[in-house]
Amino acid sequence: MKLKEVIGSLDLEVFYVSNPEGKTVSGGYVSDLLSDVMGNAEKNEVWITMQSHMNVVAIASLKELSAVIFVGGIEPAEAVVRKAEEEGIALLGTKLPTFSIAGRLYQLLER
Amino acid sequence: MELSYDIGGGDFVNAGRASSAVKGILKQLNISAVLIKRVVIALYEAEVNVAAHASAGKISVSITKDVIRINIRDKGPGIADIELAMQEGYSTASKEVREMGFGAGMGLPNIRKNSDTFNISSTPGEGTELEIINRLSN
Ligand SMILES: Nc1ncnc2c1ncn2[C@@H]1O[C@H](COP(=O)(O)OP(=O)(O)O)[C@@H](O)[C@H]1O
Ligand SMILES: [Mg+2]
Repeated sequence: MKLKEVIGSLDLEVFYVSNPEGKTVSGGYVSDLLSDVMGNAEKNEVWITMQSHMNVVAIASLKELSAVIFVGGIEPAEAVVRKAEEEGIALLGTKLPTFSIAGRLYQLLER
Repeated sequence: MELSYDIGGGDFVNAGRASSAVKGILKQLNISAVLIKRVVIALYEAEVNVAAHASAGKISVSITKDVIRINIRDKGPGIADIELAMQEGYSTASKEVREMGFGAGMGLPNIRKNSDTFNISSTPGEGTELEIINRLSN
């Protein structure tokens, strides 16, 4: 599924995105532990987390993730958004808590 | 090919720079995606450990047609009990570092898992040295 469709279907807030029609979402990974994501997330997955600092962008970029979704209305700092622009990493947000957004993403991708 | 990078203790903003640079070079060299993934995971965790636990570090990367050899040497408190430090879940990271989502005690185990050969040595009070070796052919 294309990232554009995920953003639309889940009604996500967009802090930064480029080329959402061209980016594929193959799955999701839910974790607030950076080593867990570093070790276990796969390319083209969407990372759902409440961590919103600089290193999140670095990891998303190193792992070639499709996007990061910040939960519970968390907004990234401006410097974090700027780094995401440099790295071409989509930063998205939702007011929903982790369980709800992960459930919705799962349902959407399994459809 | 020889590459080297410096890492600052406490410098989380720049942690990952070396991993990112090395990843770019390995891609240019057409190294397999699976191997790049292993090298990047191991190097990133090693970088973060210098930022989280040491005061300054130096990374040397040597790439030949057979092997990617990474050496990370830091000045810092060192590790008194390496066997304990290698255990999954063991961490002495500060509260601040844990709140950032680091400090899960998965770093050293992940480095070992993603190295063909992994060596660690340390002198308490002086520093720690890691060697991460991955072979290109299998
Ligand atoms: N470069 C280092 N210098 C000093 N201590 C270290 C270093 N790397 C690891 N350690 C020690 O080993 C422990 C486990 O490391 P690691 O598995 O990476 O977990 P974490 O970094 O999440 O604590 C650390 O908490 C720390 O006590
Ligand atoms: Mg660590």
